[in-house]
Formats: sequence, structure tokens, C-alpha cells
Amino acid sequence: MNSGIDLQGTFINSLQDLGLPPGISKLLWMPLPMILMVIGATVGLLVLVWLERKISAAAQQRVGPEYAGPQGSLQAAVDGLKLIFKEDIIPAKADSALFTIGPILVILPVFISYLVVPFGQNLIISDVGLGIFLWIALSSVQPIGLLMSGYASNNKYSLLGGLRAAAQSISYEIPLALAVLAVVMMSNSMSTIDIVQQQSGYGILGWNIWRQPVGFVIFWIAALAECERLPFDLPEAEEELVAGYQTEYSGMKFALFYIASYVNLLLSAIMVTVLYLGGWESPIPLDRLAGWLGQPETNPILQVITASAGILMTLFKTYLLVFLAILMRWTLPRVRIDQLLDLGWKFLLPVALVNLLVTAALKISLPFAFGG
Amino acid sequence: MNLAEGVQLVSFIILTVMMLGAALAVVLTPNIVYSAFLLGAVFSAMAGLYLLLNASFVAAAQILVYVGAINVLILFAIMLVNKREDFAPVKYAWTRKIVTAGVCGGLFLLLGTTIITTPWGINNTAAAGDEAIYILGEHFFTDFLLPFELVSVLLLMALIGAIVLARRDIIPDLIDVATGEDLKLPERPRELIPAGSVDADEVT
Repeated sequence: MNSGIDLQGTFINSLQDLGLPPGISKLLWMPLPMILMVIGATVGLLVLVWLERKISAAAQQRVGPEYAGPQGSLQAAVDGLKLIFKEDIIPAKADSALFTIGPILVILPVFISYLVVPFGQNLIISDVGLGIFLWIALSSVQPIGLLMSGYASNNKYSLLGGLRAAAQSISYEIPLALAVLAVVMMSNSMSTIDIVQQQSGYGILGWNIWRQPVGFVIFWIAALAECERLPFDLPEAEEELVAGYQTEYSGMKFALFYIASYVNLLLSAIMVTVLYLGGWESPIPLDRLAGWLGQPETNPILQVITASAGILMTLFKTYLLVFLAILMRWTLPRVRIDQLLDLGWKFLLPVALVNLLVTAALKISLPFAFGG
Repeated sequence: MNLAEGVQLVSFIILTVMMLGAALAVVLTPNIVYSAFLLGAVFSAMAGLYLLLNASFVAAAQILVYVGAINVLILFAIMLVNKREDFAPVKYAWTRKIVTAGVCGGLFLLLGTTIITTPWGINNTAAAGDEAIYILGEHFFTDFLLPFELVSVLLLMALIGAIVLARRDIIPDLIDVATGEDLKLPERPRELIPAGSVDADEVT
């Protein structure tokens, strides 16, 4: 398998040609992908917020944001600026240390999880062998931040919201992890790169969604619940809990929650793409197309085109899922907390277990199709 | 010393200081909620140390199980049962602290001397790294099969026990009486409250 473009190697080599020692040139490379990923996630977030406002407006037959930038596309940036200039209030009876650490603990794991998001064979910050497991482990840290901010606000709605958030994310983590486990079992690896590799070669027919339809549905429901999106946004159910754990927050600390929830939605959509929709693979396998056209794999122009197509495909699939999530938010009613926990424990968990067993059986009986 | 070694040394120092500081604070803070949150910091620092030892799977499992599950469970328990109760001051309460400090110091000395005097068989082979998952899996299904299965049975028992405890309104003294074919747990009949039946004096 041709590995495509190796940006890291080229960058380090060219710096060494300029006369820098290898250690320094590696050090200069290291922050670049991280900064790029943080910027990418932030821009993705702005697009996502704009989409949310526009699509919700369309769902309710309104126009939505219109004046800031063309079609109101700068509205999210303007919102962010407004939040920066707002007063940062810590309630008098609140626990100021925990009140401040809470939002940070909520947002940090989400951004660290972008470590394992692949956009191409080499377009990833770090191909850790743990891959998808790292994401699951990190997302389990978030409830602590939510509990912390809920407790520190010294407000009964906040505390209830925080407890609900933690209960919800713990209950839905189990079906989520079981759905991921079925995919991991098929690709014999937890690395996100290997998971996409295993789906490649046959275009749209090779994607995991055909082999794991049940897992796909479970994962999508559980991911939405983990992101606290409607129909599962109980922690901040405004009719019952004002705004849940966010009630007492204002200014930048509120913005941290807001950013965390949207970046997390984006991350979940990317993970669905990677696990079930073939990641950066196009619906028609590009390398075969190039083979028919008589182009060798080492052709530099072809490599650039493949890499760009990979990024575009990942983003396209991700935003398709995001569109679905937004549409669901504005059309479905909210479930009650007991219905939510019933769904998680009494339906998703058994179905996920059965799915895992069936996958294992199929892996043994049909090794050619299920990665034996 | 090259770059990687320097980074390792600095992160080791930071993690150790963080772990020891947080662990001491867990014991010494009077506020139990702070203790619970700091316990999470201790677990995270331990995960960092595992990472430095090239055991990434163990580190991630540590985060997932200890920080994400056990610590959250402790927090839940504290937050749902947090009665802000003022205890009556006890005479000679300070003696208790001194005794505790003595016992803890003695334990520390004992363990410290054990660690120093034991001839540890230090294994110099390189850590398995990402291969660790396969090795762990193999061990689980070959030479550690019995403990693995026993632990799963234990978990199942805990699960069933939790369900039994969480069932509403079990009448313990009726369980002995209830014999025969019916194995259902006796449950106190719930009173049905008809809508709009609030007493007039309760409203006023």
C-alpha cells in the first residue's frame, strides 16, 4: 500500500537541508499539526454553529442570521466576540476554584481527542495504537467536569443538571464502547488509521455501515446522548432545569461549555465517519480509478489530489451527519429522564451485546468479509 | 541528554509532584468533595506515569475505569448524600489525629524499608507498547483464565446484588415468610394518588 504524502518527513528533511540539527527540526514540526487541528476544530465549530442557526431557521420557516457576513455566516464569530467582552461573574456563594476548573475539564478532553482524528493515511496528529480507545477513555473524563461545575454553582438546578449529565454519559458510554468494540474486532486494531484501511478498496460497498448496521444505529444514538443533543439534552432541559449546569455561568466560561458541546458533536460525527462510513475513502475507490486511467501511484499530482479528496470526503460525510443531528434536534421532542435511562440500559445495551456476539460469530464463520 | 529524555524527566517530575501533592491533599482536606475531585487528579497522574512507562493501554484503562467510572461513582455518592451536618465537638479529638499520624508514619517507614531492601528482579526487556493488548488478551484466555472468569462471576454477583438493593420497597422481614412457588420479591403496594385530590387545608 502506497502511503501517499509524508508531510512530516518532507518538512523535517527540508529543514535539515537548511542546516538545522534533526532534533530542532523535529521540535519545529511538532506544534504545527496540533495548531492546525485546533484551528480546524474551531473553524469547524463556527461553521457548525452557523449551520445550526440556518437549518433551525429553515425548519421553523424563518430566515435566521442574515446581516453579519454573507448569509449571516460570520454570526458565530460575532457571538464569540460578544461572549469575550461579557462580564465574568462568579456567584457570591459559589465555590470559585471548582467553578473555574469545571468548564476547563469539560473542554480539554474534547480537544485532546482530536489527536486521533485521521484525514488521510498520514494526515493525523499521531497514529497512536490505542486510537479509538483513547477517545472513549478521554470522553469519560467529561462527566467529572460537569459534576464539578454543577456542584460549584451552589444552585439546585445546576446540581441536578450536573448529576443528570454524569448519569447520562455513564449510561451511554457502555453501548457506545460495545458498538466500537464490534468494529475493532473486525479490523483487528484500535488505531483509527487501521479501521479506515480495513474498509478501503471497494469504495462505498466496503464501508462498515453494511457490515454493522445495528452498530451504526447504536453508536449514533449513544454519540448523540454523549453530546447531550436533543432529543437527549436532559442535563440542560430548559423547561425543567433552567439551563442545568450552565445556569450560573456567563461570559467566557459559558462559552467554554458551548464550544465543548459543539466541538464534541463535530468529533462524534467524525468518529461515525471513521468507524462506519469509510473515513477519508471516496465512494468510488480513487486508486482504482487512477489505475484505470493508467496513472502510477507515485505520481505527485495524483497524491495531492487523493489527499485533498480525502480531507474533502471526511468533511463532507461529517457535515452530512451533523446536518442529520441538527435536523433531529429541531424536529424531535425531548425524552424524559426515565425514558432515556430505560433506552440506554434496557434496549441499547442488550442490543449492543447481541451485536457484538453476532459480529464475533460472523468473524469466525465468514472470515473473508468480516476481517478474520 | 537528548530532547525525548529531557521531556520524559520533566514530565516524570511534574507527574510525581502532582500525584504526591494531590494524594496528600485527598487525606488532609476537611472538605470531602475536594477530596473526591483530588482523587481524580491522583488517578490521572498515575495514568501519566503508566504512559511514561510505555504502557499506553494500561494508562487509558486507568483513565476509563478509575477516573471515568470509580471517581464519578464516588462523586455521585457524595453529592447525593451530602448532608451538611455539624458534628458536636469531641473532647481530646487531637489525640486521634496524632495516633493516625503515628500509624501512617509507621506504615510509610515499613513499606519504604521493604521497597529499599527487597532485591527487585528488574526486567530490562523493552516494554510491549501497542502489542500489550494482544499479550494481555492471550494471558486472559490461557494461564489467567480462572481468575478472569472468577472476576466476571464476581461482577455478575455484584450486578444482581445492586439490582436487588435498588428495587423499591422490599420488605426484609417478609422474605422469610414468603415461601412456595412464587419467587418474586415481595414489594409494598404503592399508593395511587388520584389527580386533584389535594386537601383544602393543605393548600391553605
